[in-house]
Amino acid sequence: MQKRTLLDGPKFQITIKRLCHQLIENHTDFKNTVLIGIQPRGSYFADRVQQELAVFLPKSKILKGNLDITFFRDDFRRKDGLVSASSNTIDFIIEGKNVILIDDVLWTGRTIRAALDALLAFGRPAKVELMVLIDRRFSRHVPIEPDYIGQQVDSLDSQLVKVSWKETEGEDKVILLSERNK
Amino acid sequence: MAAEKLSTRHLLGIKDINRNDIELIFETAENFKGVINRPIKKVPSLRDITIANIFFENSTRTKLSFELAEKRLSADVVNFAASSSSVSKGETLIDTVNNILAMKVDMVVMRHPYAGAGVFLSRHIDAQIVNAGDGAHEHPTQALLDAFSIRQKLGSIEGKKVVIVGDILHSRVAISNILCLQQLGAEVMVCGPTTLIPKYMKDLGVKVEHNLIKALNWCDVANMLRIQLERQDIKYFPSLREYAMMYGLNKQILDNLDKEIIVMHPGPINRGVEITSDVADSKQSIILDQVENGVAVRMAVLYLLASQRD
Repeated sequence: MQKRTLLDGPKFQITIKRLCHQLIENHTDFKNTVLIGIQPRGSYFADRVQQELAVFLPKSKILKGNLDITFFRDDFRRKDGLVSASSNTIDFIIEGKNVILIDDVLWTGRTIRAALDALLAFGRPAKVELMVLIDRRFSRHVPIEPDYIGQQVDSLDSQLVKVSWKETEGEDKVILLSERNK
Repeated sequence: MAAEKLSTRHLLGIKDINRNDIELIFETAENFKGVINRPIKKVPSLRDITIANIFFENSTRTKLSFELAEKRLSADVVNFAASSSSVSKGETLIDTVNNILAMKVDMVVMRHPYAGAGVFLSRHIDAQIVNAGDGAHEHPTQALLDAFSIRQKLGSIEGKKVVIVGDILHSRVAISNILCLQQLGAEVMVCGPTTLIPKYMKDLGVKVEHNLIKALNWCDVANMLRIQLERQDIKYFPSLREYAMMYGLNKQILDNLDKEIIVMHPGPINRGVEITSDVADSKQSIILDQVENGVAVRMAVLYLLASQRD
C-alpha cells in the first residue's frame, strides 16, 4: 500500500494559521460567528482552530460546538455496518448567527449536506460557511463547495485521505493512502 | 465501546439479545435523548420505513411511546387496535398481519395477550418484529428503559440490588427486567405473596423474599409492579386492601429505611394499592423519567433494527 504525505510539520501549522487569518478577515472579532465541528473528526480540527483564534484574538470569546450528523445521513441502510453516533454539544443559540462548519476532509459533500440539515434543528443561522483542511476536488456528488480550504488534492475514489492530530494520534499529519481498505 | 450492530433482526425478548446489544442500545438512546430535548425533536433516519403498531391488548404508555419514537425518526406510522378491527370477525393473527404487510410495511410493533405471539409471527412473515409485550412472557423495551433509567440515576447497574415487588406471576415486565438486569450485572430479588411468585424464580438465580420491609432494606432500587387483576383468573390473595397493607409502599415505610432507595413503576399506577400517591410523586420516584427515557430507548431500538434491513 502506498502512502503519500500531503501535509505535516511546519507546513501543517502554517496552513492552520492561514485559515485562521482568513476567518478573522471575514469575521473580525467573532461577535456573531460560531464554529461548529462535524463529529467525530471535524471536531478535532474545530478545537485547533478555536485554540489558534484565541491566540490571535485574546479579547474575543469564540464559541464552538460539535454537531453529530449520524441520524441525518442519506446512506443509512445503504451501507454495510452502522456508523455509531457521537454527541451533539452545542450549548448556544445558532439562530441569526454566522456559522462556520468545520470538517477535516471534503469528499463527496454528502456529509456537509447532512450537516446543513442537522444544523436546522438548532435554529436558522444567518449564514453558513464551510471550512475544510483537505478538499478532494472533482469528486463531489452534490453541489457543495468550501469557503476556506487548507489544501486541495486530486485523488481517486479508491484512495483514502487520513488526517491525524497531535491530541489524538500524537502527530499533526495528512496522508493519502492508495487503498481504502487499511 | 459497544459493538456496532445488533445480533438480532427482531426484538422479541431480552432472552435473545446479549450484553453488547444492550450497551449499544443504551449508547444510541443517549444520543436520541439529546435529539428529543432539542427545539426540533425530529431526525430523518427512518423516512423510508413504514411501521405498523399492532395492539391486540390495551395500552397507553407503550403505544404512545412507540408512536412518538417512530414519528421522531420520521417513519410512516399506521396504527391498528384489535378491538376495532376484523380480528373480532375471526381473522387469524397471520392473516391480519400479512394483510397489513401487503400494504408494504417494513416493521411491526406488536402487543398480544398470548405469550410467544411475536416469535410465532417472526417465523412466518418477512417484516421485522418488535415485541411490545406478549402475554406474561416478555416486554423487552420496558426492561431496557427501566435499566437505562437506573443507569442514568445510579451511574451504573453492575453490582446494584434491584427488587421487583408485586404480581410476578403475571408480569412480563418482571421476566424481561430480571433477564436484562442480570445481564448487566445487577442482583435481582422478587418480593410478593407466595401465590404470585412462580416456583421457577429460584432457577433464574433470583432471590425470593416475602417480607416487603426486608426486601426494601436490601435493595438500591425498588420496582413496584401493578397488580394485574385482568389477568388473574382465580383469587391469589384475600383482598386488595390486604395486599396494599402487606406489599404497598407508602411514605412512612420509605422514610424509615436506613438508606434512600429509588422507586420505579412501569405504569399504569394503581395509586393506593402497590404504591401511595406521596411515594409516586416523591423525589425518590423516577417514574416520569422512565416514561421520558422510554421514547429515547424505543427510538434506539427501532433505529438499530432498521439498520439491519438488507
